[in-house]
Amino acid sequence: MLANDKLIIRGIEFKSRLWVGTGKYKDFEETAKAIEASGADVVTVAVRRTNIFDKRSENLLDYIDPKRYKILPNTAGCYTMEDALRYARLARETGISDLIKLEVIGDEKTLFPDTCATLKATEILAKEGFIVLPYINDDPVMALRLVDAGASAVMPLAAPIGSGLGIRNPYNLKIILEQAKVPIVVDAGVGTASDVAVAMELGCDAVLLNTAIAGAKEPVAMAEAMKHAVIAGRLAYKAGRIPRKLYATASSPIEGML
Amino acid sequence: MKLKLNGTDSEIKDGSTVADLLKTLQIEPARVAVEINLNIIKKCNFSNHVLQDGDSVEIVNFVGGG
Repeated sequence: MLANDKLIIRGIEFKSRLWVGTGKYKDFEETAKAIEASGADVVTVAVRRTNIFDKRSENLLDYIDPKRYKILPNTAGCYTMEDALRYARLARETGISDLIKLEVIGDEKTLFPDTCATLKATEILAKEGFIVLPYINDDPVMALRLVDAGASAVMPLAAPIGSGLGIRNPYNLKIILEQAKVPIVVDAGVGTASDVAVAMELGCDAVLLNTAIAGAKEPVAMAEAMKHAVIAGRLAYKAGRIPRKLYATASSPIEGML
Repeated sequence: MKLKLNGTDSEIKDGSTVADLLKTLQIEPARVAVEINLNIIKKCNFSNHVLQDGDSVEIVNFVGGG
């Protein structure tokens, strides 16, 4: 059933509906092993100053081959539109990716997005030819505004970044899925495999997560769990779940009973 | 001449280009982006963009992130 079930964004075909981050791992070796186990073909990365003092320092891309994985740079840590634009442009200038996971953070404690700045930055970057994937609240109106501004997909949070709280507002996600005519990638807040399955069962096109794997006791095993959860959730969505009912319906026939 | 290199005071030979600077630092140009005084320098200009005294140079690459 999933053979022809491709996720395509702006002509780019994605092999997996699980997208993973590369932050918070013990070392690059563990990062590479976990990503391999997750089956993901999109990996997010951050843009930071190169370590110019330690010439022996290793590079993430020695472990995550850009020929094998689609590199999705983020603008994490940016609190203004100007900073986000600066980081996005630098990311593209590496020549490795035109994709940008746009984050403009509005609050340090919750890491919720600055909605106005995200919208403006989306408009500017889309005009500059970026494939803009903005991180937003689970806000259906904002999702539509971002699509109008040129977002190629929208990435509503499930819960605050790194919180592991899971899908806090499935109903808003459902509204976003119904209204926005672009792929919807749940980004942030996932805690474990069942959260991923719930997102996929709702009909989300993909799930992006980082801490849920990197912070697990056994990251490689959790990565594998996430791989299965995405597939199970997607299959369940495509298969069509039964309606919820208040009362029981027997599975065994009455006929033939003694 | 003096440079501000990734936020740190540094010195480099007069007349050095961006490519010279990366070579000195043993940085592979393919994996980085370079910004000078808030302007991005395209990779194709690394070897002809001559650094000026007092330039603020930022060299960035990708690191682990979510």
